Amino acid sequence: MDRLVLLVSTGVARGLVIALFALSLVIIWRAARIVNFAQAAMAVVAVYVAFALQAATGSFVVALLGALVTGALLGAAVERGLMRRVSGRTPMPGMIVAIGLVMVLQSVLGILFGPKHRPMTPVLAETPLSVGGVPVLSRYDLFVLVVALVVVVGLGVLFNRSTLGLQLRASAVAPEVSRLLGVRVPRMVTIGWMLSSAVAALAVLLLVPTELGLNAHSADVLFVHAFTVAVLGGLDSPAGALLGGVVVGVLVSLVTGYASAGLAPLAVLALLTVVLLVRPGGIFAPKEARTA
Amino acid sequence: MNRLTTGTRAGHVRAVVLRAVLLTALALAATFALDPFRNYQLAVIAATFCATAGLTLLVGLTGQLSLGHAVLMAAGGYGYALVAAPAADAGLPPAAGLALGVVGALVASGAVGGLLGLAGARLRGPYLAGLTLALVIALPAVATQVPGLGKDQGLAVPFVPVPGPLAGVMVVEQWHAWVAIVVTAVAVTPLVVLRSGRAGLRMRAVHGDEVAARLAGVSPARVKVGAFVAGSLSAGLGGAVLAVVTQNVGPGRYSLAFSLLLVVAVVVGGLGSVGGAAAGAALVVLLPWLVDTVASGLPADLEQRLSGNLAVAVFGALLIAVTVAWPGGLAAATSGPRARLAGRLRRPRPADPPSDPPSDSRPEPRPITER
Amino acid sequence: MRAATGRPAAATGTGAPAAPGPAARPALAVDGLTVGYAGAPVIDGLTLEVRPGEIVALLGANGAGKTTLLRTLSGLVAPRAGRVLLDGDDLAATSVEDRARRGLAQVPEGRSVVTELTVEENLELGALWRYPGRAERRAAVARGYDLFEPLARRRASPGHQLSGGERQMLALARALVALPRVLLLDEPSLGLAPRVVAQLMGVLRDAAHGTGLTVLLAEQNVTSALSIADRGVVLSLGAVVVDAPAADLAADPALRHAYLGF
Repeated sequence: MDRLVLLVSTGVARGLVIALFALSLVIIWRAARIVNFAQAAMAVVAVYVAFALQAATGSFVVALLGALVTGALLGAAVERGLMRRVSGRTPMPGMIVAIGLVMVLQSVLGILFGPKHRPMTPVLAETPLSVGGVPVLSRYDLFVLVVALVVVVGLGVLFNRSTLGLQLRASAVAPEVSRLLGVRVPRMVTIGWMLSSAVAALAVLLLVPTELGLNAHSADVLFVHAFTVAVLGGLDSPAGALLGGVVVGVLVSLVTGYASAGLAPLAVLALLTVVLLVRPGGIFAPKEARTA
Repeated sequence: MNRLTTGTRAGHVRAVVLRAVLLTALALAATFALDPFRNYQLAVIAATFCATAGLTLLVGLTGQLSLGHAVLMAAGGYGYALVAAPAADAGLPPAAGLALGVVGALVASGAVGGLLGLAGARLRGPYLAGLTLALVIALPAVATQVPGLGKDQGLAVPFVPVPGPLAGVMVVEQWHAWVAIVVTAVAVTPLVVLRSGRAGLRMRAVHGDEVAARLAGVSPARVKVGAFVAGSLSAGLGGAVLAVVTQNVGPGRYSLAFSLLLVVAVVVGGLGSVGGAAAGAALVVLLPWLVDTVASGLPADLEQRLSGNLAVAVFGALLIAVTVAWPGGLAAATSGPRARLAGRLRRPRPADPPSDPPSDSRPEPRPITER
Repeated sequence: MRAATGRPAAATGTGAPAAPGPAARPALAVDGLTVGYAGAPVIDGLTLEVRPGEIVALLGANGAGKTTLLRTLSGLVAPRAGRVLLDGDDLAATSVEDRARRGLAQVPEGRSVVTELTVEENLELGALWRYPGRAERRAAVARGYDLFEPLARRRASPGHQLSGGERQMLALARALVALPRVLLLDEPSLGLAPRVVAQLMGVLRDAAHGTGLTVLLAEQNVTSALSIADRGVVLSLGAVVVDAPAADLAADPALRHAYLGF
């Protein structure tokens, strides 16, 4: 029972990181109708910068800001430099360019930094906190939980309560009408990419200390989980990304804890297959909605 | 088949088969000019070509992006091993084992491809890519968890020796290249026939506009599943070839990276072009080897970092460059103005002048009656 | 037929006080505009001027080029030749969104309401570029509700829940809250009940006569369009074939029959 509590609460904390990353995929999909397969690789680049900043200044806050800024700049560069140049008629060219970008970024990181994992120490201890004698969550996981929730709420406010969010939402679903109403749609697409890449960088920065360490492929599994989540919830649904992230996080935590880590990818694949066959557009999409 | 077109159609099929036979004979003859290592590479290229030929039709014609094509090759490889190994243990001659193994490969890859195709028929672009991505990531777990697949190490594949009459003429690498060339011809020729026939037309119709295709009596689901199964069978044969050539089938070879290389091959070769798929297959097999050969002269630390990575960086850059600047790939660049024109016609073109956004191509219908 | 719209008798637009003298600079001028491929232009050397405060009905058969003309004016379609001038300024280098920000509004054909946004959010979106300040924007949105009563009752409803009439009201109100100088409308009456059409036309007429809004109104519904227009322009094969005062066009059976089919 104690083990279950620990596994579930750790799963929720991991799940929120997955959800953050999935949210970042949803933001780009909504802004530009592109599934950014390069999201993880871009985020890892930003975390390498954060790693260097932390080593140089010793400050986690500086590192965090560095990751956010680098992520945003990378997002803008990729959108302006690459994605704007491919046809938006179908999602295919954008996906292919993103795949090419993953290959370039990961191999260049591999050439520059070699294959070894660089350990990153968490800002807070990883020993579990106990509630009434039951170990519940480590301090670091609690920190991750709080940061993730703050970002999710912040994004919610930004998108639903601000004029920038209004323009972002309108540009995403009705670009032509939005332009006729004076909304600078190309700028909104760039802002969407910047937001998305910054959120992804944050998610990876939160994740790396709990894993082996920093390496070009540190975020690969996170990407697969987050993409699974985005597909589960429907690429258009922020709420779906949030809920799906927690579900996948808890599932992976339970399967790893009670069976073996090797079974986790199978469990995720099974979940994905079942959901896609029952609701092809994701749990939160109206049936048959996403045909393009 | 439409009766009206049967005559020309049969002629066309004959022409394709004739060309395939000629190319096969040429390739078989060419193996005599190659040393054993080159013949080994040729066999690997042929196996890769089996997979890329199907993938290029799938992506280029029906618009379904599969990131898990390596899994279909793996299915073929495992199917081959699971049948060929018991056949060898039962004392059957190598030729019979080879034939049975190929059947096993077809059954296994056809089954996996059929299931994926059913999913693909219901899923749109990014969702299918996601499912296939999860599949290829889960392959090592499948190999480890499912009993009988030999865990991480994979399965050993019975050795296929040079048959008696040829033993004096060639070494085993050349013989394996022959096997690879013949199996590849058998795998790819039906795809070429499919592509240029009515099935190819249906695939393009489904890609162009599913609703319109449906109105014209074409079932998008059936076409997509069909394309997936056809591509899977071919990829499965490629997996069988690789199993024969390397005498092993395991999850390590069929990683996500390999799947992405297959995508690189078809994009760089030119989506929808079978010849381009062949060129792309050669590229993704030879370039990493070339890079490693060049890098082997460098200091150990640098060599270790460049090994693998440099080729991937080049492939990634190629993928981006081709998609952004040169969407027709090698096929469009090398096959002259006629093919280029065909490529342009194949791609939908906005009716308005090029400077307006793509969503705006809504021509006003010309008036039918006007006084 | 002309009275069938049920609008007040005083609404006959031809004698409108806002029609300025010939010396006034046109609010919108189109000069030698050509759109489409060389062999088959959709718009073929079209020239047209619309004076400030004037309502011009753009008439013609399906395929005459009305929609393409409006989309070219708002910048969604690039012309092959010719110029579009807003208050005398050439718009060639001005993007779609900057044309909107200079007061050239377009209500495109069909369901231009952003269905994922609520009525209120749609109106806010329309007012955003003109009123960055929250208080002014609120006031502008309130003016939108004043134009069409039904919208106020549905302010929190998402666009996809609105009826066809409500959507068209919202699209028009959303354009008007930003106080444009020139408004391009594409088939606003399409598929709507006569009562709703009359209401829309009434709001348009009031806007033109009250605030000096210039209107270019593409319509299949010739009767409604001519009922509020100062001038009627008939397009055929992408060129102007008739340019006459709306009253003359409506009153001349030969013209009507030849070009408008009734």
